[in-house]
Amino acid sequence: MSVRRIVVIGAGPAGLAAAASAARAGADVVIVDEGERVGGQFWRHHPALTDQRLQHQLGRFRELESALGGVRVLSSASVWRVESGAPLRVHALTGPVDGAERRAETLEADAVVLATGAHDRVLPVPGWTLPGVTSAGAVQALAKRDGVSLGARTVVAGAGPFLLPVAQSVAVLGGEVAEVVEAASIGAILRGWGARAWELTAAAGKAGELGSYVASLMKTRTPYRFGSAVTRIHGDSSVEAVTVQRIDADWRPVAGTERTVECDAVALGHGFTPRLEAAIQFGCDITPERFVRTDEQQLTTVPGVFAAGEITGIGGADAALAEGEIAGLSAAGIRASDPLLRAPVAARRRMRAFAARLATHAIRPGWTGWLDDDTIVCRCEAATKAAIAEYSAASSRGMRLATRAGLGACQGRTCGRSVEDILGAPSGIDRRPVLSSVRIGELAAHRPTHPLIEEES
Amino acid sequence: MSIRIEFDGQPLDGRDGQSIGGILLSNGRRTWRTAGGSQRGIFCGIGICQDCVVTVNGVEGVRACQRTACDGDRVEREVRA
Repeated sequence: MSVRRIVVIGAGPAGLAAAASAARAGADVVIVDEGERVGGQFWRHHPALTDQRLQHQLGRFRELESALGGVRVLSSASVWRVESGAPLRVHALTGPVDGAERRAETLEADAVVLATGAHDRVLPVPGWTLPGVTSAGAVQALAKRDGVSLGARTVVAGAGPFLLPVAQSVAVLGGEVAEVVEAASIGAILRGWGARAWELTAAAGKAGELGSYVASLMKTRTPYRFGSAVTRIHGDSSVEAVTVQRIDADWRPVAGTERTVECDAVALGHGFTPRLEAAIQFGCDITPERFVRTDEQQLTTVPGVFAAGEITGIGGADAALAEGEIAGLSAAGIRASDPLLRAPVAARRRMRAFAARLATHAIRPGWTGWLDDDTIVCRCEAATKAAIAEYSAASSRGMRLATRAGLGACQGRTCGRSVEDILGAPSGIDRRPVLSSVRIGELAAHRPTHPLIEEES
Repeated sequence: MSIRIEFDGQPLDGRDGQSIGGILLSNGRRTWRTAGGSQRGIFCGIGICQDCVVTVNGVEGVRACQRTACDGDRVEREVRA
């Protein structure tokens, strides 16, 4: 058999583990990533600017990095189109971010591992377009990559354990965390995380990481509010305060429980949403929960296309590492019965027990109760909740054309899921013919070795 | 090491390796764009939302949170309806 050519898309924990294990198994591997440095969001860093207290599992990162010796690493590369078939094709543009003269390259592969990760899901709230309001991930990214904090006094709000490292980032950079506001109630958290606790002992590394965040919050005496949400953000030209309100089990605001908390920055994160564009363009089956469907070998429903990490289910870095290793080995042709797969398969099983607990913090439908009619839902096009609701009976396409929701620069990446919650139906917003921003000139200069699929032209 | 960029004609100092967005924020600039009648700047910080775009050396639509600043970069605000 000739050497297997493998392209891995994404250089976070899942992609790095896939590339390293596929190379170890003798494959010819290229890893393509939009960042300037490998590591993804979890290991986002700059050698001179990142405070080491914000990094976790660096040993594992160095190990994976050093295993990339025989791997071609294509950094600062945006994948804008993928094609199924034999060979599989991955079209990328390489060069300074959003530059005008990037270099085009088409990679051909026998197998592709999709490890495109996830980004914050941020629920709209009145006032969320004010300067000083960012996603929770932005606080983390700016702290790690730029050594910059956004405000002197920050409210961190949303749902899930990711709020903890975000609060820690603020504190490490010398800022004050006014409050951490968690939507899940303390009762729900004790039931969700406390049940069958022995399953979590296997995920001790993760528990230790969480413990370090809790200790850091206790040291700074940061208030942690459960069963609550930021339901309004106040300010004139930038953030001045937020309203924190109790919410019920369905996340409906409870009238009469409002409190005002002064702050100059707000970090919002209500969990994560997978980056599915490439998987959808390949034609991979997507589950009703909107994740890529995979089998035990991390193979999707499309021949030769594997998926690993957050796009198969939100599970954190350890689950991504295990899935990536399985995907990389399988893509390289290692059989399911091979002893090489035993350790990562066991790790995946342990981490899934941990990941299942994240459902405790899952978004509940009552959140739309904190929107006003004139709250902007689609930030790019300033489409309001009332405008979107008015077209709830129209087709998804009709609604989008009438309101322009999801048709702006981000192509519904920020608002898509919220629009679906307001409509109460899927909008198909994450099916995107072009996977990342491409300039018209770059498209015009594209000389395909193989014609683009005609049906979309 | 320090670098200097120009933002709407004003010199701003940053650390070598910082993104354009990082330099703007560390110089106290929180917004550098107008959209839907309101001021915008960094929102997602990881290249998803496109709320932070600026014109860099005459090229429009560059995400400030993703582009590493180079000494001497000329950065300008963008205005959209």
